[in-house]
Amino acid sequence: MNAERQQELQRLCFRFRNELIDLLYHIQTGHPGGSLSCTEILTTLYFEKIRQDPRHPDMEGRDRLILSKGHAAPILYIILAELGYFPKEELKTLRQINSNLQGHPCLHKTPGVELSTGPLGLGLGAGLGMSLSERLKGSEAYTYVVLGDGEIQEGSVWEAALAASKFQADHLIAILDNNGVQLDGTLEEIMPMGDIPAKWAAFGWKVLTCDGHDVKSISDALDKAVACKGKPVIIIANTVKGKGISFMEGKNVWHGKPIGEEDYKAAKIDLGGAPA
Amino acid sequence: MKKVAIRDAYGEALKKLGLVNEKIIALEADVGASTKSAVFGKEFPDRYFNVGISEMNMTAMAAGFALEGFVPFVNTFASFLTTRGADPIQCLIAYDRLNVKLAGTYCGLSDSYDGASHHSITDMAFVRAIPGVTVVSVSDAVETEKAVFALAEYEGPVYLRLSRAPAPVIYDETLKFEIGKGIVIKEGSDVTIIATGTVLHKALEAAKLLSEEGIEAAVIDMHTVKPIDRELIYSYAKKTGAIVTVEEHSIHGGLGSAVAEVLVQECPVPVEIIGAEEFAESGDYEQLLEKYGYSSREIGAACRKVMARK
Repeated sequence: MNAERQQELQRLCFRFRNELIDLLYHIQTGHPGGSLSCTEILTTLYFEKIRQDPRHPDMEGRDRLILSKGHAAPILYIILAELGYFPKEELKTLRQINSNLQGHPCLHKTPGVELSTGPLGLGLGAGLGMSLSERLKGSEAYTYVVLGDGEIQEGSVWEAALAASKFQADHLIAILDNNGVQLDGTLEEIMPMGDIPAKWAAFGWKVLTCDGHDVKSISDALDKAVACKGKPVIIIANTVKGKGISFMEGKNVWHGKPIGEEDYKAAKIDLGGAPA
Repeated sequence: MKKVAIRDAYGEALKKLGLVNEKIIALEADVGASTKSAVFGKEFPDRYFNVGISEMNMTAMAAGFALEGFVPFVNTFASFLTTRGADPIQCLIAYDRLNVKLAGTYCGLSDSYDGASHHSITDMAFVRAIPGVTVVSVSDAVETEKAVFALAEYEGPVYLRLSRAPAPVIYDETLKFEIGKGIVIKEGSDVTIIATGTVLHKALEAAKLLSEEGIEAAVIDMHTVKPIDRELIYSYAKKTGAIVTVEEHSIHGGLGSAVAEVLVQECPVPVEIIGAEEFAESGDYEQLLEKYGYSSREIGAACRKVMARK
């Protein structure tokens, strides 16, 4: 990724953060912390890596992206709207009755969503099924699964990790949003995951790490992941929950708290813009 | 009456289906020798995925295969499939309306010697409550094969309830099996016995004994528990005025509940529900059926009781 493209994508992330805060303030519900931590991850994947066509969401042989940490739906929707999967005007209907934008991603309501998620720990197994399907079809498509670090406390993630290793699913790439914070506190406080890279390596995965807020670092890791043969790959993307909003950073209370008026003003100052 | 184990019939049927439909794949959670999914696996190793002892991952993976246009048959014991595998069944397969076939074998008390930990008496209650999931429960080898092919033709999630036990063969190859359409096996005017699964033959035995007493019981094979055949239930409720249901499943949430739910809406008649009210135990299958209320004698007694309530 050249410097110009890097700047372009970082600017895009900055704009998405602004749109996210505006949106969540407007609707007074939804999850800011985990959306902010995976903004660069999703932006890099969607704008730099995955082969999809918003005009043909069901295109055969496309790459898949599963947002397994489904509570980050707001940032996913902002990106899907930007890509043209649905009109941006729909964003303000998020979480409201009769909307196509559910609180958590819903396959049959929202174009561009590849799997309904929300209950944690299911995306990796489903992604493995997709990846093995593509292999059966002789396709070279990749399946990307974005996991939360709290999410990997679910046992089903490790069941899927074992199976992906057994089936040598080298077109399955997991990206861990390693923000260190879950709903009730830090991972250290609630359920320490110990040596996360060693755990995945022990399950037979190729493990890469990157700076999860640097689009070039993410992009480089994804290039290495695609080059890996014979085993599944996980990229541990080191991130900060609530990234970009100083008073939200690293704070578990901002997992799903509505944004009040004062918070909104402060957040917009952090984001370099006047309140809308 | 000739007996054939439902699981054997299932394994062979799945293999036959695999030969004519290359979209069929099978997932297994390390009990392939028991579920007989291994019969398919031997024929089609590339389309067979044994995921080890991880039911939740298996049902999640099935969602992925279905999203890619394959038709996954998911195999393990009914009890484990609908408890350990439950979350993706509800959150992915049903919510996303995926074309997954969930084959739960060893239903009811049929894994008799393994004991109550391996019996499955709550599976139908769970899957029946999930929007959009069809529930099919077969009674003999012929119906099993027909159901497997019918499931593959049907687009959408289906739970297929299978028994471990050798079951008397009730049907011949002329059987017309249609999802959602119950089958009247014996006509009668005094009472109707509606059964699902292999206990259907107990209902038939009961009807024979009742006939000797001058009571004519109609017997219906309600192989599809959801969506249930309302019209057939109404028609026999009107005709006979009393109904007994028989299922190897909890009396809460299974066939009896489904029949009663339908009847109260349009044609309330007395109903007796025969099913499980407690956890059973290890033992010979026939002895368990006898002890836990599934004998033809007890079905007959329920018929007389419900007739007295008319």
